[in-house]
Order: sequence, then C-alpha cells, then structure tokens
Amino acid sequence: MKHSIFDVIVVGGGHAGTEAAHAAARMGVKTALLTLHRRDIGVMSCNPAIGGLGKGHLVREIDALDGVMGRVADKAGIQFRLLNRRKGPAVQGPRAQADRAIYRTEMLKLTEAQENLQIVEGEAVDFLMSDNCINGVVLSDGAEIHGRKIILTSGTFLRGVIHIGDISRPGGRMGDRPSVKLAERMDDFEVPFGRLKTGTPPRLDGRTIDWSGLDLQPGDDDPTLFSFLNNRISAPQVSCGITHTNERTHDIIQKNLSRSAMYGGHIDGVGPRYCPSIEDKVVRFSDKSSHQIFLEPEGATDHTIYPNGISTSLPEDVQEDYVHSIFGLENAVILQPGYAIEYDYVDPRSLSLDLSLRGVEGLYLAGQINGTTGYEEAAAQGMVAGLNAAASCLDKEPVNFSRSNSYIGVMIDDLTTNGVTEPYRMFTSRAEFRLSLRADNADQRLTPISISLGCCSQERKEKFLSKMDQLGSTKYALESSKYTPKQLLSAGIKVSQDGNRRTGMDVLAFPDVTFETLAPLITGLDQTKPEIRRQVERDALYATYIERQKREIDAMKRDEGHVIPVDFDFSSISGLSNELKTKLCVTKPHDLAQAARIDGMTPAGLALILARLRRDTSQKKREA
Amino acid sequence: MDTIFALASAQGKAGVAVIRVSGPQAHQAALQLSGSSLPRQGTTLRVLKDQFGNPLDEALVLLFSGPHSFTGENTVEFQVHGSIAVISAVLQSLSEIDGLRIAEPGEFTRRALENGKLDLAQVEGLADLIDAETESQRKQAQTLLSGGLGVLAERWRRDLIRAASLIEVTIDFADEDVPVDVTPEVSGLLSGIQADLQKEAEGVGIAERIRHGFEVAIVGAPNVGKSTLLNMLAGREAAITSEYAGTTRDVIEVRMDLAGLPVTLLDTAGLRDTDDHVENIGISLARKRAESADLRVFLVEKGEDLTIEMRDGDIRLLPKADVRENSEIAVSGKTGQGVDYLISHITRVLRDRSAGAGVASHARHRETLNSANERLKNAQTILLQGPEYYDIATEEMRSAIRSLEMLVGRVGVEDLLDEIFSSFCLGK
Repeated sequence: MKHSIFDVIVVGGGHAGTEAAHAAARMGVKTALLTLHRRDIGVMSCNPAIGGLGKGHLVREIDALDGVMGRVADKAGIQFRLLNRRKGPAVQGPRAQADRAIYRTEMLKLTEAQENLQIVEGEAVDFLMSDNCINGVVLSDGAEIHGRKIILTSGTFLRGVIHIGDISRPGGRMGDRPSVKLAERMDDFEVPFGRLKTGTPPRLDGRTIDWSGLDLQPGDDDPTLFSFLNNRISAPQVSCGITHTNERTHDIIQKNLSRSAMYGGHIDGVGPRYCPSIEDKVVRFSDKSSHQIFLEPEGATDHTIYPNGISTSLPEDVQEDYVHSIFGLENAVILQPGYAIEYDYVDPRSLSLDLSLRGVEGLYLAGQINGTTGYEEAAAQGMVAGLNAAASCLDKEPVNFSRSNSYIGVMIDDLTTNGVTEPYRMFTSRAEFRLSLRADNADQRLTPISISLGCCSQERKEKFLSKMDQLGSTKYALESSKYTPKQLLSAGIKVSQDGNRRTGMDVLAFPDVTFETLAPLITGLDQTKPEIRRQVERDALYATYIERQKREIDAMKRDEGHVIPVDFDFSSISGLSNELKTKLCVTKPHDLAQAARIDGMTPAGLALILARLRRDTSQKKREA
Repeated sequence: MDTIFALASAQGKAGVAVIRVSGPQAHQAALQLSGSSLPRQGTTLRVLKDQFGNPLDEALVLLFSGPHSFTGENTVEFQVHGSIAVISAVLQSLSEIDGLRIAEPGEFTRRALENGKLDLAQVEGLADLIDAETESQRKQAQTLLSGGLGVLAERWRRDLIRAASLIEVTIDFADEDVPVDVTPEVSGLLSGIQADLQKEAEGVGIAERIRHGFEVAIVGAPNVGKSTLLNMLAGREAAITSEYAGTTRDVIEVRMDLAGLPVTLLDTAGLRDTDDHVENIGISLARKRAESADLRVFLVEKGEDLTIEMRDGDIRLLPKADVRENSEIAVSGKTGQGVDYLISHITRVLRDRSAGAGVASHARHRETLNSANERLKNAQTILLQGPEYYDIATEEMRSAIRSLEMLVGRVGVEDLLDEIFSSFCLGK
C-alpha cells in the first residue's frame, strides 16, 4: 500500500490529537491526523462538559492561540455557567455542559475544513525508525505513513485494562481495543512507564429518572462563552439535576467493597484524589452521610444522563442496587455500567518543554499518555506539541510557555519538573501568578505569540488588534488623568482626604468604583464599549498586585535565562545530595528556574549548579 | 572545586592548634603529609613530613568523610602543637600540594551552607557563637545554630498553608460540597501567626542587646563617687578619681559579664550647671548616653531633683555609704557597701528583659518577620471584604509565605493541595 509523506503525523483523534493536528496545520506544515475511525474525532469519553476552574482558563488560552476546543465547545454548549461568578475575576472559570453529538460533528467539520490537514483512518501499530530517529508509523494493515515528526496522543489506550467488579479485560475505552503493540515498541525506547487509573459512573436513561422532586440547575442567564471570537450560543439550553447519596447507598457500597475492582485488589494504578470513586468517598469520608450528584445530560436530544459523582468499579448488580437507593433514581435504567480503566503513562519528566521525548528524535507525546486527566489539559498539551513539532519542521525556535505567561506554561512545567503521582488536573491554585493569568486576558497574554508564529487567523488577528487598540487608548486616558481627593469626592467617590492625586486607573481599583462612576470625569470615555469597560476594570483591580508580582517574575526570568545544556552532568557536582542528583538526572531541567522547582531542591544546590554553569561558560569562552 | 585549608584555631601561641583541610583532595593531602595510609574515619597519630621527608611535627590526624563533616565535603583536621613556627611550616607544606589553596575568610562555613549542612539562620547562629563571650550570648547563639528559627518558620509556614488551603478549597472546588464560610478558622490561624511574628520581631531588639551588650549608665551630681563605683565594679582603675568635682568629662565604658549577661557600664560626667565649656560638652554627652542606656543607676541624695527621667527598672541609691550613718539604700565604691545589692538589682532587671528575646536575633530576621506580618495584616482586612476578594487575600498570604521562606526552604503548591486533599472530601 502506498505511503503518503507528511511533515507531522498525529496519532489519535481525541482532544490532544485534534488540537495538535490543527496547531501543526495552522503553522503551515502538511499534517495527518491518524485515528481508528473518523467518527471518533472529538469524542468525549468521560463527562460531557468542557471548562471549569483552571480548566476554563486552559480553554481560553487554547482559543487565544487560535485553537479549536473553545470554538467547538461554544457550538456544543447546552448549559453555560461561569464558576465563581461571585469571586474575583482571576478565579472565575467558564464551564459548559456539551452535547456530545454536536461536539463531534463540529470538531469533524472544522478538521475536514482545515487547510494542510488530512484525516487518515487506521491503527498505528509500530513506528518507522532510522537510527534513533522516528520517521513514520506502520498501520495494522501493513501500510506505512512517512512523517518527519510524530505526535502520539494515545490517551488511555496504552495497555489499557477495563475493570467492572472482578471482571477485567483489555480495552482502551468502552468498546475499543487497547494499543499493546505500540506500548511494546515504546518499551524498546526504555521509556519510564507508570500506571494510573480513572473511572466513570454508570450512564443512566434520563427518561427513567423521576425529575419531579429534584433540584434543577439552569445555566447562566448571561452565558459566558469560551472563544474570544464568539458572542452567542447556538444549541438549545438544558438544566442539570442535583441529587444525593444517602446512608442506604453507603451501606450497599460498604457491604460490597470486596467486590470492587479497586478494593478487591485488581487495580494497581493510582487514581486521582480529586475525582474519587464513590467507593473511595464512602471509605475515606465515612463521617459524611451524603454526597452530591450532578445529573448531567449528554445532549439536548440525547436521553443519556451522566451522574457526575458516583464513578465506580463495582460489579453491575451492585451498581444497580446503589443507583436505585438514590432519590429520584429509584427506577433509573443503567444504559452502560460504570467502569474503571487502568493504563500506562510515560513519566513526563522524560519530556522536554516542547513535549518531545528525550532520546528519541522526532517523537512528541501529548495528553493522558503524559499522566494528565481532563479534555482541557489534553488539548493544551496537544497545542504545545503541535506548535513545536511544526516549528521544528520549519527550523524555527521551540515555542516555550512559562509559568508567568500561562496556565499552559504552569502545566508543562509541573509535568516536566516533578512528574505526577496521580492523574494531573489543573487548578487555579497551581498558578502562583494567577492574578495575572486570567481567563479574561488570555488573548492579551497569548494571541501575540500566535500572531508572531504566523498561525493566527486573519479574523482573530483583526479582532484582537482592534480590541488592544481600544484597551490601550482607554487605559491611556485613565492613566493620564489625575484627580485630587476633593474632585473625586464631588463625583461621589469616597477617598481619604490625604491630598494625594490619583490616576483614573488607581481610582478604578477601589471597591464600589466602576467605569460608569468615573466616565463622566473624563472626556471621550462615554463611547467605550461595555466589553472594554469591564476589561479595564479587571486590569485595574489587580494592578498593584501584578506590579508586585512583576519583581518575582523578573527574578524567575533571570533564572530562566540560565539555560542548562542538554549534556550537563549533574552527577559530577560535588556537594549535591544523591537524592537531588537522581532527581536532576531524571528531570534534566531546561534552566535554573526549572531546577529550582524540583521537589526538595535547596538554595545551596542551586548555587552549586549555577557555579558550575558559570565555570563551564567561562571555560568555553577561554577555549574559543 | 578547590580544596581549601586554614588555621581553624586562634592565631598565636597555644598548647594545641587545629588546621583544617576541606575538599575533594583533603584525604589525599593528609596521606601525603603523614606518609602512610590512614583509616577512612577517626583519629590517628602521625608524624607530619614535608615533601622532602623532613619531619614537621607530631600531629593527631582526624579524617571526616563527606557528607558527614562540617562542610559536607571530605575533611581533615590536624591537631599540631600550637607553635607559630609549626603552624606556618604545616600551612606551607599544604600550599605546595597541587589543587590546594588557603581558604578565604568564612569559606568553610560558606561551603557548609552550599552543601546544605547549615541554613542561613544557622550560619548567623554560628557566627554569633564564635563571638559569644557570656553565657546568655552562648545560649542565644546555640538556639539559632541548632535551627530554632527554621523550626519556628516551618510551623508558621504550615499554619499559613493550612489557612491558604481553606480559602483555596472554596475557590477551586466552588461547585462541590465544601465548607462555605471558612473565614473564622482562617482568621484565627492568621491571628495566631501574627502574634508570634510580632513577638519574635519585638524580641530582636532584646536579642541584639544580648549580642552587643546592655548599657548601664551611672548618673548623678559631680563628686558623688560615680567613678569610684565604676572602678569597684570593674575591679580595676578604669576611670580617674579625685576629690575635685568634675573630674570625669568623657564617657568611660567598661565591658563586663554580670551573671552571664554582657553589660557595658558607663561612667558619665556629673550633672551640674557650669560655665566650663569643656565640662558642658561632657555633661550634654552624659545626658545623651544616659537617656539611651538600657538602665540608669542614679546616685542622688534624698529629695534631690532628677534632671534625667527615671524609667522602669532604673535604680536610685544614696551615694557614699561609707560616710553615712543610716545607709540601708546607699552604695559605696570605696568600701563595697551596697554593691552586691546593686549588682543583683541590675542582673534581675536585665534578666527579666532578656526573657523577652526569642529565636530571631538579627535585623534581617526582624525585617522579614515584619514584612510577613504586614502581608498578613492586609490579608485579614481583605478577608473581611468577602469571597469576592479571596483571590487577593490568598495572594497576600502567598507573599507572606514567601517572606518566611527566606528564613528557611520553599513552598510547593503540592503541599497546599496535599493539605486540601487530606482534609476534605472532594470530587463529584
């Protein structure tokens, strides 16, 4: 069979794969998206929702880089909620229930329409190699596809095993085979593997749920969308239901614990603490007599309900029992039992910041294979791998993200620096600079990068530049006008009468002061668009803190400037403990800032590394 | 990395002198000087020889293998006879070995710091210990050296992480069954840390006194026997005494150890109105020093007006007890009458004050503690403004944690999440 030649081949059509393929194609390189079936592109295997806290931030960042996830989620959204609406804008996260069918259809539509991007159906079973360099994949039918860079986004398919109670069988997802051959091939690369697990709840038939007594949670009246390009929703909107487990539910689970795959000792992988199975919740928090369950519709026209909060690996008959013990679910029909899945992941410390695997030329990994969980985390990595694989094909500099410019940077750094001990999920508390890394300013932070890489659509570019223009002139007007406390008092703004003159931006940071309070004082601001008004308010609110953090960021950037050569020999530094040496050799930090974040690193250890770096540099200078 | 060496004991003649060598070649150097193999650990008696085989001295050779040494590197100590000639001969022989060089001042300690054997506060403690002259100075230095400040900072940091995690849980898991109003617990935790920080910061003043010495000024009219009393306390003729009023014009300082406390006694010019220009300069200097001293001893007659304010802990005594009939609260530098009482009073007052000293003892500590405290004060105010400002409140707390880390290690966000996960049931 014949063999097309691509620049980038993306293996896997999930959230990491689609984002990676689109990113590479936008960069202008010839890209193939290899998937088992065309219909699997953009499939949501777990809960039918996109976004959330930290995750919503990621989606905005993906969108700011002109990615696809936000645009598709806006089309598929059937219930939009801005989480933490009553907290500060820095910690507000957009979230939406998504219609699975629409999501898949829209993702496929965009993928088929994307220039430079070709969908190839097939199963990758092996890599084509020459020396230590990957240059293609072999399909199960023997066909070969040649490509200069391969991005592997195999999700939970590497040696995946599905557990329902004491029944286990190989599987990458319900109904799909795992990728065993590929995993064996990866073994040859001496890649450090680990084992993780994740679970899903039983899926219910919504027509058999008694909704009459349940609390309903509608979406926001004024929906917040993901994409900076969108301002309206298109799918019909629905509500989620809320119910709770009770003591009877917990009794049933307690009695059958030994039959759970996890508690029966069939699973070795580590599961996420923040998404525990119902068995876990009952055991670890035995003092709680009830846990909340969200009943999430999988689509506007689909009857399937995803009961978020009761993922399980108990046998089917026990699932029936405990589901029926729950208020509103007494007669609910289970369409598909809940199951746990165990899979291989690659220790992400063996990856570089561009998500390429060290030691194997041309191979990038993105998504769950790197030990993460969640569609958004996967897609964000897909973006990083896609941009970098393409940049590498084009002989461009790597596209590195930093903790100081994005949640994407925070995640890549967390993964490659300290690895994972449980499936990695994003939280806003992971970002030390979260006051500046907001969902609302993701475009200000990242769209310029996308523009300079040349992978930003004309539409986005124009929209962004015009927004920046308006923001710039509005801020300038606010910053260049100064007011005495007396002037402000006469405008109804209470300030201490200390005689200090304050700029419009300063005043805007006060609680209770809005753009509208201030606008009458400054000429020409009454025409400002609402979206710009709100943006300026948010920027003003955090201005002092962002200024303070800037010093910290500058210090970090200085450390990031101390790039550690790839062949740097940590083991030869005397004075470093063996434990630290081992960690450094596993992580191979890119720079001093990353080295500083290695768990257990001491200021003294950093001083030693820096001293060696300096010595090596001066030696090189002398030799030159 | 160079191997460094230096005389570790004091310069000059002594019974024994210690020469320390540290670095990758330390053991090799010991072997070269002692001429025969040495056990990897412990003490051996050897005759040290120069490169031509001429004996230098008989020495006790102590080998330490890194990281189990003061610097964390391979280290050797030679205990030789404390002769200036022997020391210089041994140092000379060491300097002739390739790759060895004389250590810069403080370099052994710096290596200990770089190798993680000491933290920054411990280094400060070590310096204090070496400088310590009195018992209270020794104790204070040793608390710092043994990592006392690190232990405290670690406790505050843990409480702060706990407090931050309580807020973070309401932010990152807003959609789940989590406690809604966490402010009382957070505020309680913060108040507790703030009180500690304030106490430690305030104690730095006293700790600095312990390090540098308390000043006790003797004040009174001319010719009441202030200088005689000073000489009695000092046990020597530190100040000139005469029967003429106004003999003392400058401030005379005498350092002494009062029951373990370092005290600097100040003898000052007698206070009176005079036309003598030089004496007037002395009097105004006396007032200034007396005002700023930690304690004042007034030698005054009954009913005599004090021209310097008497403060808490100051003592008022009748002068010249030797020429008085009824002298229960009088003191005499001539006969020593009342001196014991005076000493016990000074000691008691200063000891009470010393009890206020914490582990923090340097200006650097105070600044760090104060800046952390300032952040927490902001955090408290912002917390009261409600959940809308929680993100800013946690930023203030994060900033406080960073300040405290300057005293010890560093915070990982994983610590924060660990705290969250061990305390709450999360996940829907």
